[in-house]
Amino acid sequence: MKFEDTYIGTVFYTAKSLLTGLKVTLKEFFTRKVTEQYPENRKTLQISERHRARLVMPHDAEGNNRCIACGLCSMACPNGTISITTKSVTDEESGKSKKVLVEYSYDLGSCMFCQLCVNACPKNAIEFSNEFENAVFDRRKLVLRLNR
Amino acid sequence: MIDFSSIVTAVDCFLESAMPHQLAIVVKCILAAVCALVAYLSFAILMIYMERKVCASFQCRLGPTRVGKWGLLQVFSDVFKMIIKEIIEIKDSDRILYNLAPFLVVMSSIITFSCLPFARGLQVLDFNIGIFFIMAASSFGILGILLAGWSSSNKFSMIGAMRSGGQMISYELSMGLSILTLVVLSGTMQISEITEMQTKGWFIFRGHIPAVIAFIIYLIAGNAETNRAPFDLPEAESELTAGFHTEYSGMGFGFFYVAEFMNMFIIAGIATTIFLGGWAPLYIPGLEGFNHAMCYIPGSIWFIGKTLFIVWVLMWIRWTFPRLRIDQVLVLEWKFLVPIGLINLLIMTICVVMGWTF
Repeated sequence: MKFEDTYIGTVFYTAKSLLTGLKVTLKEFFTRKVTEQYPENRKTLQISERHRARLVMPHDAEGNNRCIACGLCSMACPNGTISITTKSVTDEESGKSKKVLVEYSYDLGSCMFCQLCVNACPKNAIEFSNEFENAVFDRRKLVLRLNR
Repeated sequence: MIDFSSIVTAVDCFLESAMPHQLAIVVKCILAAVCALVAYLSFAILMIYMERKVCASFQCRLGPTRVGKWGLLQVFSDVFKMIIKEIIEIKDSDRILYNLAPFLVVMSSIITFSCLPFARGLQVLDFNIGIFFIMAASSFGILGILLAGWSSSNKFSMIGAMRSGGQMISYELSMGLSILTLVVLSGTMQISEITEMQTKGWFIFRGHIPAVIAFIIYLIAGNAETNRAPFDLPEAESELTAGFHTEYSGMGFGFFYVAEFMNMFIIAGIATTIFLGGWAPLYIPGLEGFNHAMCYIPGSIWFIGKTLFIVWVLMWIRWTFPRLRIDQVLVLEWKFLVPIGLINLLIMTICVVMGWTF
């Protein structure tokens, strides 16, 4: 029979394990607290790179985006958040007709931030940004036009 | 050191000279009751605030910060909310017992509270069987809890109350044994005398090994007496919703809540009185300058400081350990604390008889 299984042994073993637990919480008592006090800490706020807050379509300096109006994002969306309006333009050199994006409409109010649209995009034309302060007073303002 | 008994005597003489003897006694009783109640409530508010802050710190949080500076007004707003809430009459409940129960719990804790010596002469009740009286008064709080569970006509309340009865009556025993150990050392049951003796060294140092063991047993049993985690079976949230006070709302619940917090303060206060010297300053034999400097700190600050430290230790235990099962609670009491307490009492008696204490 091990000492820890005897009556006296249990007392010492229990005391030891309880003290181990107390040591852990005592250390926690004196560590820096993790609470973020939000409106006050806006200047120093750190948001993770991968945080998904709002869908954006990056534009280059000339105002061009990479969207080819294929509609894969709108099909991937489980909530029907994205709707795309397109028009056909005939290319003058080759004479072939080509789809061009007219309006990329994104409803922030019904988005669930699953990132399926970003994963579906073949040209990396859309991405999620870190701007998380999305509250507005009218839900119509939540329907955003992403292309310029 | 200030002797508060002179102030009390002055007030007494003034009242006796200003009015007939009978009336003076009534006025003195009312004055003492008002003082005790005000102190009780202010300590309750302090305890609730401290609980929230200390709990937050142990969980790496900040606790209340928004209501008032550092969240100081949080407790007041909580109390205000509690007061304006409706007290719901429960169908099929035993009206008289249902309404009586919270008052019994609070009454027992106020009576015990008034035995605490806050400074030399600053104590409401002081007589030759003080320790005995504290034990008796604190144990009729169980009656309130049992009645609350019984009269609510709710199975969860009933189970909670029965568990509470089983647990609190069991732990009363080892608490009594550890107090008895110290009574053997001091040779008196009068609280003021016990504290007076400790101005020449606290009992936890003078009684050395048996006193330390008794102190640990007392803390464990005291924690169980206050129904706090890891012994919070009577109100095990996950199994019994809220245990014996499930059906109480508004101030009915508020009384139980305040009494629970104040019981913790009282447990810590008694531990301070009998183990850590009450209002007596730290005394180290041989260091006369140090002892003299320590005497300049008022006794009430010594008492409250030591009490709050023990309260902090109790909170530390509360926010560290998970809840025990009811059989584990009873095994801990009857198979470990009681035998160890009895042997410890024997050791202490031998130490006192052989003169091995300081």
